[in-house]
Amino acid sequence: MPAPRVGLFATCLTDTFYPSTARAVVRLLERLGCHVDFPMDQTCCGQMHYNTGYRDEARSLAAKYATVFAGYDAIVAPSGSCGGMVREIHPELHGTSDAFVRTYELSEFIVDVLGVTDVGAYFPHRVTYHPTCHSLRMLGVGDKPLSLLRAVRGLDLAELPAAETCCGFGGTFAVKNADTSTAMLGDKMRNVLNTGAEVLCAGDNSCLMHIGGGLSRLRTGVRTVHLAEILASTEEEPWAATP
Amino acid sequence: MGSNPVTWLGSPVFPKAAKAALADTQLRRNLRKATHTIRDKRAKAVAELPDWEQLRLAGEAIKDDVLSNLDTYLERIEAAVTARGGVVHWARDAREANEIVLRLAREAGTDEVVKVKSMATAEIGLNEALAAGGIRAIETDLAELIVQLGHDRPSHILVPAIHRNRSEIKEIFQREMAEKPVSDEPRELAEAARRHLRRKFLSAKVAVSGANFGVADTGSIVVVESEGNGRMCLTLPEVLITVMGIEKLVPTWQDLEVFLQLLPRSSTAERMNPYTSVWTGVTPGDGPQQFHLVLLDNGRTDALADRVGRQALRCIRCSACLNVCPVYERTGGQAYGSVYPGPIGAILSPQLVNDMHDKQAASLPYASSLCGACYEVCPVRINIPEVLVHLRAEAVEAKGRTPESVGMAALGWLFADARRYENAQKVGSLARHLAPSGRISSLPWPGSKWTSTRDVPTPPAESFRTWWRKNRG
Repeated sequence: MPAPRVGLFATCLTDTFYPSTARAVVRLLERLGCHVDFPMDQTCCGQMHYNTGYRDEARSLAAKYATVFAGYDAIVAPSGSCGGMVREIHPELHGTSDAFVRTYELSEFIVDVLGVTDVGAYFPHRVTYHPTCHSLRMLGVGDKPLSLLRAVRGLDLAELPAAETCCGFGGTFAVKNADTSTAMLGDKMRNVLNTGAEVLCAGDNSCLMHIGGGLSRLRTGVRTVHLAEILASTEEEPWAATP
Repeated sequence: MGSNPVTWLGSPVFPKAAKAALADTQLRRNLRKATHTIRDKRAKAVAELPDWEQLRLAGEAIKDDVLSNLDTYLERIEAAVTARGGVVHWARDAREANEIVLRLAREAGTDEVVKVKSMATAEIGLNEALAAGGIRAIETDLAELIVQLGHDRPSHILVPAIHRNRSEIKEIFQREMAEKPVSDEPRELAEAARRHLRRKFLSAKVAVSGANFGVADTGSIVVVESEGNGRMCLTLPEVLITVMGIEKLVPTWQDLEVFLQLLPRSSTAERMNPYTSVWTGVTPGDGPQQFHLVLLDNGRTDALADRVGRQALRCIRCSACLNVCPVYERTGGQAYGSVYPGPIGAILSPQLVNDMHDKQAASLPYASSLCGACYEVCPVRINIPEVLVHLRAEAVEAKGRTPESVGMAALGWLFADARRYENAQKVGSLARHLAPSGRISSLPWPGSKWTSTRDVPTPPAESFRTWWRKNRG
């Protein structure tokens, strides 16, 4: 079987603020035998516009996405939230398109399409996992990320209490309702700290930016690392914090 | 502030009301305990039924049929109720409904009515309207009684006093009741309420209720409850007045099979509610000898005209969405400034108000992180996040040009062209020189809303696309 041609949808947040995550997706998918391409015309899925009530801008970005990602066997995003926006909302804004249907969140693509749970990763740290709301409830990724993490050598997985409760990010909600968002964040951080984990992992950099922003402000010493970076880490080329 | 009493006059916008509520540590504790208890119980009660998803689909389908053919079903129930000796009244809005009930109570020659817990009468502000007309309305549901005696407002659809703990309830009862409770033991508090209410039941000439369901075919009205106070009100007085939202219909008796499974498990986490009262018109010599059904619109036909928003009218007022909502759990219900709080309130209240220029109503669709927990538990599958976002678009349209809309348009312009976007990334990346620690702890407004409690990562020297261009492009 020829290597699947995968279009990487990095998402605007990861592209701009967390390039190490996108580089990790490239390394990981190439290791798993994919041909990875990053179409340079991509920008943003329009989720922030759509969720805040700016439908016209979101509609243009959905149209752009359909054009930019036409023709790939699969499109993979290191985000349940942006993946959910594309697969669940873009058709409503733009009409159906192969690009929407073939879009996967990273863990879905690895487990469902590639049929792999052990990706040969090595990550010798105590980790707890936060299942992000949209990966869970829009895409229904279930325990796929956890099954991938369980197969990582050296990884000590700590169960996060009340894991499925929202961290309070919610895009512009974090700013428009900053007090309520912070109250939700406080409970999430308490649960993370109670696990004794040194790393909080999730499949969305947006949620990690929120929880990590709180953990950093309080100088808790807990680090946030995207699922892709843990799965890309190997004994030969271990994960290292990027400045 | 609009004229529809579904939102409370003078309530602040949600973020402001929430800020005050979040600072109340006793409230936070009461809410956390109550919502977690009922949330866990619901999950167990629902897990017992292997066909729960089919029940939800059936509930959705039946309600959608009712909403699509509402005119037919309304005429049908009017004919059925009339044929069985009841009188049907039509109320366009809160004012008309209140006038009808006030007139009927006066005609019965009473200055006091007993009430079954009812969201419809709370929505129209009936108690206040009756009081203005010289008639006392006595709430007989325990939690409603706590709210009424406490001169308080409800904070939950099913458990309106969820924000109170038992020692607070003891204090309210001691202050307001003739025979005061001696302790805050639940049994003692319930006994005090029982003594207080029993006299009212036996002397009342008029009862006012809402309705959980109205069967179009037969004209039967259904009220489900846990305490038995409803049964007292529905059977003892001479005159019974029921205020029912026009969306509460089910086509046939058989359709109740679906809802009498969905509702108790979703709301009180019970397999079956303790009391289910059903009556059809008037039965000579048995129960109330006069029955009035007030069919209430109050914004519902406006909501019905909205293709996306109309699904909110499927709601059976179970409260499951409140109990799982991470926002509601922390702010409580009063922050929503409406008798309908929580996720369902955030989509129902603004639609009933039907005026996105009303700042308070327009703030409600934003009172959600869109986590989707509400949709997951809704027994009639109302896609609450979808309606929230839909109403946000209406709010944006009503506001016109704002700093936010200008910013959003600018971002849209940036994202429209990848080159433009990459250049902006390069400019933004210079911010890293301002914060060599790798984190930014203070930004000017509106970024300060974020950095008041959260750091922001500094942008890296090189975005991913710049790296790709250099290494792979």
